[in-house]
Amino acid sequence: MATDIKSMSLSGRKIDVSEKEMTFKEKMYVFAIAKGMGITLRHFFKPKVTIMYPEQKREFSPVYRGRHILMRDENGAERCTACGLCALACPAEAITMTSAERKKGEENLYREEKYASVYEINMLRCIFCGLCEEACPKEAIFLTEDMVSSDFKREGFIYGKDKLVMPLEDKIH
Amino acid sequence: MDVALFIEKFAIILIVFGITMFIALYSTFAERKVAAFMQDRPGPNRAGWGGIFQPLADGVKMFTKEDFIPNTPNKFLFILGPGLFIVTALMTSAVVPWGGTLHLFGRDISLQAADINLAILFVFGVVSIGVYGIMIGGWASNNKYSLLGAVRASSQMISYEIAMGLSIIAVLMMTGSLSLRTIAEQQHGFFDWGQHWLSWNVFKQPLAFFIFLICAFAETNRTPFDLPECESELVGGYHTEYSSMKLGFYLFAEYINMFISSAIIATVFFGGYNYPGMDGVATHIGPNIAVLLGVAVLFAKTLFFIFFYMWVRWTVPRFRYDQLMNLGWKVLFPLSIVNIVLTAVVILGRQYFNF
Repeated sequence: MATDIKSMSLSGRKIDVSEKEMTFKEKMYVFAIAKGMGITLRHFFKPKVTIMYPEQKREFSPVYRGRHILMRDENGAERCTACGLCALACPAEAITMTSAERKKGEENLYREEKYASVYEINMLRCIFCGLCEEACPKEAIFLTEDMVSSDFKREGFIYGKDKLVMPLEDKIH
Repeated sequence: MDVALFIEKFAIILIVFGITMFIALYSTFAERKVAAFMQDRPGPNRAGWGGIFQPLADGVKMFTKEDFIPNTPNKFLFILGPGLFIVTALMTSAVVPWGGTLHLFGRDISLQAADINLAILFVFGVVSIGVYGIMIGGWASNNKYSLLGAVRASSQMISYEIAMGLSIIAVLMMTGSLSLRTIAEQQHGFFDWGQHWLSWNVFKQPLAFFIFLICAFAETNRTPFDLPECESELVGGYHTEYSSMKLGFYLFAEYINMFISSAIIATVFFGGYNYPGMDGVATHIGPNIAVLLGVAVLFAKTLFFIFFYMWVRWTVPRFRYDQLMNLGWKVLFPLSIVNIVLTAVVILGRQYFNF
């Protein structure tokens, strides 16, 4: 049975607007103000919800997606082969890269014959969706729990390999 | 004039000045803290323990900002505006009796800078001059928004001064004196044995107190009557063009006004330095202790009213301008006249029929 649109209420809290004349007591406003002041006074003594940021940090969810990291393998060689799938997957077009061929003697630096000589992510464009992470066939790019730090210049938000590649001492085994 | 009296008055003036400045300084901090607490935030808490040095940081910030003077033909008036405003704000504290009479070094020291017998008129007069500070500042800014803000401020203050003056007339009819010292002394203790009633004026004149309180909010440009500088609607009101310490003076004077008007409300309506059992303290512990306790009580009452100002500010939304004028002229003005008539009837009835 079709119900009248006027009687429908999605939230179940629908109140009909009435334009009734205010009573004298309501027109005085004093009682309403006193009630309001009671509410503010109650909040005065309530526990505060603020998280004192630098000392105290909000717990991130285990699937939090923060700034990116380019992984190294167990020998400390970069896993990225500059295939470009992450750049292709990126809906914000935040990733650019230049590929290069591995020279002799660089086997300990790059895992495969091709590597990214330039790998940049524009953190102002990035929407931290994690699609690059999903697209990567080499498990080279991951989103960490760190946040992108603030900066005074836009250039500071274009993260190159110096900021993205995992430090050598952190390499996973 | 003998030197001792000069030194005594000078010391009192300096102390009152210092306390006024200190309380005004920390009112800015208290305002932010109260606002924060009522909004479930902790408020400024980085400068010193619990943010206790925040006012100093604000002051340093104010002083080091660029002091900009707009292209105005009235540079002198532009500088005079905030000066006048803060001077009038400070002058009012001269007539407030901060306590009874101390007996020190064989002298009777009255804790009041000047016990003039027209103290209430003096307060009203000085408050009216305060309007000039706003008006001159807004006009000399050479900016139509400042001028509009100034016009709003001055018309509001003048409108509410009328209801304020009439509401206090009902009190004056009962006290028979314009001296704040006399008014405070008449509210001695807490219970008026002669009239079988509580001695503070707020219990004798509740309506006058209520009207006076509302008008005091309007006079000090506090919410819900802060239309002159409502920062969310106007560009900034009369102090749009002001920067650095000139702006600081305007903001600071508002807090001084708040403190002084709280002190005057406490003195006129809440017994000033009187407290229950003050005679007992004077006979059993010592007269000087009783007087000093009275000063503490007066400051406690004053601080409560400062808190009340902030409490109202963070509860009540701002009036619209026509509502403000309606309230001032059509509600408070007739109400205070009704109160005067009622008071007169009761006083005459008491005289002739002894009820």
